Amino acid sequence: MKRYDVVVVGAGHNGLTTAAFLAKAGLDVVCVEKNDYIGGAAVSLELHKDWIYSNCSYVCSLLRPEIFRALELHKHGLQITPYGGSLTFMQNGDYFGSYHDPEVKYREMSRFSRRDADAYKHYAADTQRQCRFIRDFLLTTPPDPTSFHPRDIAGLLDIGKRFADMGEDRMYETLRFWTMSVADYLNEYFETDVIKAALSGSGIIGTALGIHSPGTAYVLLHHYMGDVDGNVGAWGFARGGMGAVSNAIAGAFQAHGGELRTESGVGHIRVRDGKIAGVALENGDEIDADVVVSAMDVKRTFLDCMDESDLPAHFVRKVREFKIRGSSGKLNIALDGLPEFPALPKGSTLYHSDMHFIDSMQRMERAYDDWKDGTWSQDPYIDMVIPTMNDPTMAPPGKHFMSCFVQYCPYEIDGRAWTDEERQQFADTVIDQIANYSPNFKDLILHYEIRTPADIESQIGITEGNIFHGELTMDQLLFNRPVPGYAQYRAPVDGLYMCGSSTHPGGGVMAAPGANAAREILKDLKYANTVPENFGDD
Amino acid sequence: MTEVHQGRLQTPFYSRFRAVDTLNEWHTWNGYTVCNSPYCADLEYFAIRNATAVFDLSPMNKYRITGPDAGAYLDRLVTRSVSVLRPGRVGYSVWCDHDGKVIDDGTIFHLSEGDYRLCAAGRHAAWFADAAIGFDVEIDDETADVAALAVQGPTSWSVLTRAGFEGLESLKPFGLIYTELRGRPVMVSRTGFTGDLGYELWMSPEDAGAIWDRIFEAGELTGIRAIGTDALELSRIEAGYLAPGLEFLPADETVRSGRSRSPFELGLDWLVDFTKPNFNGRRALAEEQRRGSTWRLVRLDIDGNKPAHNAYIFPRESRNKSDVGFVTSAAWSPVCKKNVALGTVRQPHGLPGETLWVEIYYQREMHWQRKMARATVVEGPFWAPDRRRLTPPSPY
Repeated sequence: MKRYDVVVVGAGHNGLTTAAFLAKAGLDVVCVEKNDYIGGAAVSLELHKDWIYSNCSYVCSLLRPEIFRALELHKHGLQITPYGGSLTFMQNGDYFGSYHDPEVKYREMSRFSRRDADAYKHYAADTQRQCRFIRDFLLTTPPDPTSFHPRDIAGLLDIGKRFADMGEDRMYETLRFWTMSVADYLNEYFETDVIKAALSGSGIIGTALGIHSPGTAYVLLHHYMGDVDGNVGAWGFARGGMGAVSNAIAGAFQAHGGELRTESGVGHIRVRDGKIAGVALENGDEIDADVVVSAMDVKRTFLDCMDESDLPAHFVRKVREFKIRGSSGKLNIALDGLPEFPALPKGSTLYHSDMHFIDSMQRMERAYDDWKDGTWSQDPYIDMVIPTMNDPTMAPPGKHFMSCFVQYCPYEIDGRAWTDEERQQFADTVIDQIANYSPNFKDLILHYEIRTPADIESQIGITEGNIFHGELTMDQLLFNRPVPGYAQYRAPVDGLYMCGSSTHPGGGVMAAPGANAAREILKDLKYANTVPENFGDD
Repeated sequence: MTEVHQGRLQTPFYSRFRAVDTLNEWHTWNGYTVCNSPYCADLEYFAIRNATAVFDLSPMNKYRITGPDAGAYLDRLVTRSVSVLRPGRVGYSVWCDHDGKVIDDGTIFHLSEGDYRLCAAGRHAAWFADAAIGFDVEIDDETADVAALAVQGPTSWSVLTRAGFEGLESLKPFGLIYTELRGRPVMVSRTGFTGDLGYELWMSPEDAGAIWDRIFEAGELTGIRAIGTDALELSRIEAGYLAPGLEFLPADETVRSGRSRSPFELGLDWLVDFTKPNFNGRRALAEEQRRGSTWRLVRLDIDGNKPAHNAYIFPRESRNKSDVGFVTSAAWSPVCKKNVALGTVRQPHGLPGETLWVEIYYQREMHWQRKMARATVVEGPFWAPDRRRLTPPSPY
C-alpha cells in the first residue's frame, strides 16, 4: 500500500493550506475529507437549483494576502471583491449607514452626533494601533514564554519591544484593550446608542459572550485586522461564494502534486510506540504516514479521534476545558428578487453592505441573555448580506442569495437537542425580524436552509459549530491557543500536528493557522520553507 | 469673429457621467473633461474584474484613413504588417520616426475593404499627412464625430446581449462587427485596455445617450458601473499594457536625446515586420536589430506589498552598484494580490527570470521609509484570465 509523507485530516481551507505548502516543498501529501465535497466551512453549495450558497462562512477579509500570493490563488480562480459599507435599521424607521467613502461616513455620523463623527478618528486611530500590533503576529508561530530556546526568547523580546515602542500611555491602553468589553471600549468614544450598537456587533460575532463581557474588545479587533487590498477593516466576497477560497487552495495543492480524497472521514489517528503511524478511515481503509496533521478542532482531534491514553493527561484535561461553545446559527435564503426596505432610499449603495437590525446596546445585551437562558435570541443580532448584489455568478440575474448570520443561537436548547419544531421557530424568528423592515421579504423567499450550531457540527464537524474553532478570549489566544505549552502546532505525540483554527491566530478564514503549521512541519522535517513572511507595514 | 471655445469640451456621454458622478473629481484628457472616478475607484476597479464597467473613451484621437492606397499607406506608416489585417479585424501597432523611435501606439480597425480607423492617444495629423506623400489616401480626424464607449468585464457580453446587440457570441478577440441597437448603428469591436473580456462600442454622438441608457438598463440586474480613468489605469497595469507618456514618450515631442524608445526597447519585436519593403524607421530599426538596443521594458513581480512608484532599479540588493533603470508604472494588483510594476532597464538586464532589486520609498504617518525589494522579471501580462479569449464568451 502506498505510504505518504503526510496525511492532512480535513479539507477545510486551513487543512488545504497546510497541504499546499507541504506539497509545494516537495512532500508527498494526501488530504482526506469526510464529506463528498471539500472546503469545510469555506464552501459553495447549490442548495436550490441555480443558486449558489455560501452556507457557512460568507464574507472574506482576513485571508492573508501573503498566502494568496504565494499560492497564486488567482490562477486557481479566486477573486475577492470588496463590498464596503454597513447598515443598521432602527426601530423608529430611520437607519444608520456606514459608508466606504470617509466624507460620506462623516456626514452620516454627524446626522446623529457631530461629536461622534469627530470622535471616530480617535476610535479609528486607537483601533488601528492595536491592529498593527496584532497583524504582525498573524503569520508567526507564537513564542513559548516558558522556553529558553533562542527562537522563543527572540519572539518574546520582539513582542516586548513592539509593546514598549507604543509608549507608556499606550501600553496601559493596550493592556486594558485586550481585556475590556466592547461596550466599555465604545463608550469611551461615542455617545449615540445606534452608532455604538452598530460598531459593537464585531465584538460578539461568533463568540459566546455579550457586549459587556470582558475580552470582547479583542474580538472586535479580530474582525478589523483584515483588509482587502490595503483597505484595513474592509470586507469582501469571494467570487462564486466562499467555496472559491477552498477550491483555489485545493487547486494550488493539486498543482503541486497533492492528492485529495473525499468521503474519507478519519475514524482514528493511529499511534504506535509513542509515534504517529497514520490514520484509520471510517470506511476501514488505513493510510500509513509518519506525519499526520489535523485541521479539525482540538476537541474533535484529541477527544474523538484518538485514544486518550496515547496523550499526556494534563493535555487531555486542557483540551476538555477548551471553550468552544455554539453561539451562532445561520439562515441561508434564495430570493426571487431584491427585498424592498422602505427606510432605505432606492438605489442606495447600502444595499451592497452588511445589514443589521439591532439599534441599541440594550437590545444587543438582551440577545445574549436569551442564549444564557439556553435558547436562541428572540430579538437576534443578524449580520445579513446579499452577495448577489456584487457577484453575478451566484444566482440568475435579478434573483438573490441572502446570507443571515444569527447571533445568538445555542448548541442545545436547555441542555438537550433541538427539536424540528424549534429549528423552524428559530428560522421564523429571523424571517420575522427581517420582515419587520421589509414588507415584501417573505413573498420573495423561494428556499431557505436552517443552520443551528448542531447542524454545523454534524455537517462540517466543528465541535458545537463554533465558527472560530474555539473562543477568541485572552486565555485562548497567542501562546495559550489551543493549550498552553502547545501553541506551536505540535501535538504531544511525535509526528502529530494541528493546523485548524483552534490554533493561533484563530478562525475567520485567514489560512494563517494552516500556513504557520506548515512552516513548523517543514522545519521539523528539514525541508526548505515555502511559507511566506508577513508583509509588515513598518 | 467668435473666439475659440475657452473651456473644456464635453464628450457625448458627459450628461450621463454627470448623472452618476458623486465625487466631482474630473481632469482634462485631450481637451475634454473626463471623470477620474465617479464614486469610488476601488469599487469601479472591481466592476472591471467582477461585473461590467463602462468607460468613456470618446476623447481618444480617431483618424479615418480611406482611399485606394489606404492599406499600403498604413503599411508604410506603422511597423507591423497591415496587409494581413483582414476587413473586420483590429490590430495593435506602433509607428516610429526615422530614427526608429516610437511616436505613439494605437489600434487600427479595418472597417471594410480599404477603409480604416486608427485610434491613438496623441494628435498626429501633421505626421500622418507627411507620411502620406506619394499615396492616394485621405486622412480625416473624426475624433469629435465618433462617440466611443468601452464596456469591459466578465459579464460584458451578457449585458450587451441582453441590451439587444446581436452577433456578439461569435465575435472573436480583435474582431469587429457592424450592428445596431434599436435602429441606431453601432460598430462593436472586441478590444479594450483592461486585459479582461470586453468590447468597445463606436457610434454617432447623437445616439450616444440612448445607447448608454439601454446598456445601463440591461446591466442593472448584474451590476454595471460607470468607471473613471483611475480604475482603468489599475487594470491597464495588470494587463501589462503600455501607456504613452509613462512607458514611452512620443519621439516627435521629446526634447532630450536618449529619452525616446524603439519598439524593440518596448518588447514589441513582434510588431516589427522587416518583410515589408519600406516603413518609417525601417532602416534605423534594422540597424538597431543588428547592433543591439539600449533599453528593455520589463514587467516586474516585486516582493512585499508596497508599490514601487518611481523606484530606481538595481542589479543587486546593495545600492552601491549604480542603477540600471527605473519603474514607470507601479501598483498593488488587487486581483493577483501581487506587487507589480512596469519599468525600463538597460540591456543586457531585463530578460525574463532575472532577479533585480527596486528601491521603494513609502510614507507612513509623515515619515518616509526606504526598502530594497526583490523584483523578478516576468513575461507577459500579470492578469490574463481565460475568459478574455473564450468565444462564445462565458455569461459571467
